[in-house]
Amino acid sequence: MLDPVLVKKVIAATQNGLPICDRPYRTIAEEVGVDESELLVTMGKMLDQGLIRRIGLVPNHYALGYRYNLMTVWDVEDEHILQLGQHVGDLDFVSHCYQRPRQEPDWNYNLFAMVHGRTEPEVEQQVQIIRELLGSSCLAMTQLNSLKILKKTGLRIR
Amino acid sequence: MKLSDQDRKLLNKIQKNFPLHPEPFKLLAEELAISEQEILLRLQELESQQAISRFGAVFNHHRVGSSTLAALAVPEQEIEEVAAFVNTFVEVNHNYQREHDYNLWFVVNATDQSGVERVLDKIAAKFDYPLLNLPMVKGYHIDLGFPLW
Repeated sequence: MLDPVLVKKVIAATQNGLPICDRPYRTIAEEVGVDESELLVTMGKMLDQGLIRRIGLVPNHYALGYRYNLMTVWDVEDEHILQLGQHVGDLDFVSHCYQRPRQEPDWNYNLFAMVHGRTEPEVEQQVQIIRELLGSSCLAMTQLNSLKILKKTGLRIR
Repeated sequence: MKLSDQDRKLLNKIQKNFPLHPEPFKLLAEELAISEQEILLRLQELESQQAISRFGAVFNHHRVGSSTLAALAVPEQEIEEVAAFVNTFVEVNHNYQREHDYNLWFVVNATDQSGVERVLDKIAAKFDYPLLNLPMVKGYHIDLGFPLW
């Protein structure tokens, strides 16, 4: 069983990330006040139970030349969204794919897919691939180009 | 900045499944056939050039708390003022200006649902603009990274 107090401490100590050094977990363990081995076991359980989605590195796509970050939104027939959503989510260039509620009449789109590319034509081609995949089950779509990152931080849970 | 093939290989390798091991980079060094020291130097260099947005555990917001994607339709000339207010909340961790009538898109995370609603209520009380509240219904690909090419 996971100790909820320990979990909270681990989240607090790691939400700004792991240090890039030879013993990153030891640094975090010292902060949490447990042995390195206990921290590793705890984080392993958090991973197994889905509290941690993954441990790894998130590249700064923008700095690496992936300047075109496009939020594409689709109005997909409800009876097909489970299957089609999964197909879209499986595409290599899609970083996030979520089903969200419609908020009619202002917002009729129920599938969100975030695509990234280095050039505009590249991103347009990706949109076209999604469009073809959804076919006639898609009633409408639009795309929301990002103009400015106004805030971007890791998760903060107090 | 431009990545070398080796950098790209390194970044793709550690986007997920970073080893839970006392010496994780040593394990990776064996797999990638470069030294642990070289991996650390490259990553520190990439970090100093802002090529790394985050390194560590990516938490499941839906499991460790409650979250939503929200959007506001703000008149162009007021966007900075509204964004500045929205950004004052620690619960807001992403905020993007996008090309659409709904032009301010932000993610709200809190320990529970009422915490999320409190933030949205405060924003709605301060600015009377159309507001979308779009919590996730289902995830088909959730922040798992994608291969760089």
